[in-house]
Amino acid sequence: MDKFLQLTLTGLTNGAIFSLVALGFVLIYKASDVINFAQGDFLLVGAYVTFGLVAQVGIPWPLGVLLTMVIAVILGLAVERFVLRPLIGEPIISVIMVTIGLASLLQAMVNGIWGTTGRPFPGFIPDQTLRIGSAVIPADRLVAIALAAILLIIFTLFFRYSRHGIAMRATADDQQAALSMGISVKSVFALAWSIAAVTAALAGVLVANIVGVSGVVSSIGLRVFPVVILGGLDSVPGAIVGGVVIGLLEAYTGGYVGGGLQQVIPFIVLILILMVKPYGLFGEERIERV
Amino acid sequence: MESGVFHTTYASDMALRRTPLMRLRLIVVVVFLLVFPFVANGYQLTLANQIGIYAIGAIGLNILTGFTGQISLGQGAFMAVGAYSSGLLAARMGMPWWLTIPVACTVTAAVGAVFGIPSLRLKGLYLAIATLAAQQIIQWLITNWRGLTGGVEALVVPTPELFGLRMSTNFRFYWVVLFFATLTTIFAVNLFRTKIGRAFIAIRDQDIAAEVMGVDIFRYKLLAFATSSFFVGLSGALVAQWRGIVNYERFTIETSIFFLAVIIIGGLGSVAGSIYGAIFMTLLPAILTNLGGAVGGSIPGLAGILPFIQQGVFGLTIVLFLIFEPEGIAKIWKNVKDYFRLWPFSY
Repeated sequence: MDKFLQLTLTGLTNGAIFSLVALGFVLIYKASDVINFAQGDFLLVGAYVTFGLVAQVGIPWPLGVLLTMVIAVILGLAVERFVLRPLIGEPIISVIMVTIGLASLLQAMVNGIWGTTGRPFPGFIPDQTLRIGSAVIPADRLVAIALAAILLIIFTLFFRYSRHGIAMRATADDQQAALSMGISVKSVFALAWSIAAVTAALAGVLVANIVGVSGVVSSIGLRVFPVVILGGLDSVPGAIVGGVVIGLLEAYTGGYVGGGLQQVIPFIVLILILMVKPYGLFGEERIERV
Repeated sequence: MESGVFHTTYASDMALRRTPLMRLRLIVVVVFLLVFPFVANGYQLTLANQIGIYAIGAIGLNILTGFTGQISLGQGAFMAVGAYSSGLLAARMGMPWWLTIPVACTVTAAVGAVFGIPSLRLKGLYLAIATLAAQQIIQWLITNWRGLTGGVEALVVPTPELFGLRMSTNFRFYWVVLFFATLTTIFAVNLFRTKIGRAFIAIRDQDIAAEVMGVDIFRYKLLAFATSSFFVGLSGALVAQWRGIVNYERFTIETSIFFLAVIIIGGLGSVAGSIYGAIFMTLLPAILTNLGGAVGGSIPGLAGILPFIQQGVFGLTIVLFLIFEPEGIAKIWKNVKDYFRLWPFSY
């Protein structure tokens, strides 16, 4: 039972982080039909920039994280404006490849500045352990869950009630109609990219806080594909549910089966989902028969 | 004043090389390929072999992605299947290396066809993600199925021999690569003059229309996956025989991305483009390394970040090509030719 509780908590933490990253994916896909293969490297940039600001420059961490968010917004806007906008209307493979190229570029920049050796992250989340029953949980993981939950709630409210959130949903639904209602689709794209960059940067900070700053952080980018496919590429609740399910699945497989199977099980689930229900649990079905 | 190329017989219209200039170019290329190994040094021969092997893989991927329109992020894994099949058959079962190559290609074609089955229901983005999963699953199998592949440890392949000669030098292996690369190129160029090749292109351009015109989409998609994987497997098998060791690290998702970059920079849907792309993507890092070596002394710390500069340039090249010339080097080459064909009145 302790093991179960421990695994559940590990799964939930990973799941919460997956959900955050997946949220960025879903936002960009919803708004502009682009799948961002560089999401993992946005995480990397977020983690390293915070690391640089807090540990190397010596800025207090709340300010450091805030500055990182500002830098992430600038990065997101720049990517949207200079890389993705020229490719509107190009075939899917071009769009996929351009984000892959971008990933490689970002990774090279981060590695060129900070090198590839992993370093400890300045732990601004207290390095204590809590006991729940007889399971031992590091406090940073609980904070990660809480932070992720808060962010997800904020974004859900944002989409439901704020003017910009509604504009984004309208654009996702039908670009033509949104344009004729006076919504600036360009600014919606820009908003989607900056929000995605910010969520990725924050997720990067959370991941780095648990595993340290290293190239490992960017691997989350690939691990999030099963999450978005399970939840549905264009569904925000799907990202949350998918993240938690995949996080728990990985944790339980790792704990009870072992043998490294937890690394591959999400991808097996991904293939099964694609075969049975390609649009995921909550995704909108686009019916096309060939 | 020439205003275009006109053909007066069917034979000349259907020929692969239509104009005297094209025939001349072919002769120049053939002569160059035959003379090159005698004048090149060891380093240049290594690069040449690499280009040849990459070109085979790129042509394979281009058949699937460029001509049939099915995006694959699983190229690295399929290469691994080819490399491990060839390596294991040669190392564990003592099969002659030249026999392992066709067997490896066939095995890869079969695996490719199996992973092509989801393409029945999935298109574009979703197919790309499915092939990404295939890449991860195959890679996981290779590193975890220790009894078969040796896991993360490198598999040592015996040195190939032909007519009593050990193919251990780059000079000798050059001819092996040249043979297979030529065969692949001729096959691919002709493939798109046949019914099957035309069906591939029809599926890429508009799958519904292709279905209406009587192209059995599922069959041809699987055929495209199998044909493509066959050549990808060939390049994998050649890597195994050339390098003498097989290691899973050579066949990760990065390899898949590298090959996609090769065909995008070379030219999607162009056999010649695959070769241009392979040349470009092999020479680019080599030139950067040499440049870095030349100026390395004057800029401190350059040697340390050189790999990252290479990686950055790799990413930047992809981004810039996609923004400014999405049809790649093949299109640039065509534009140059068109410009000079009617020069100076090129409008």
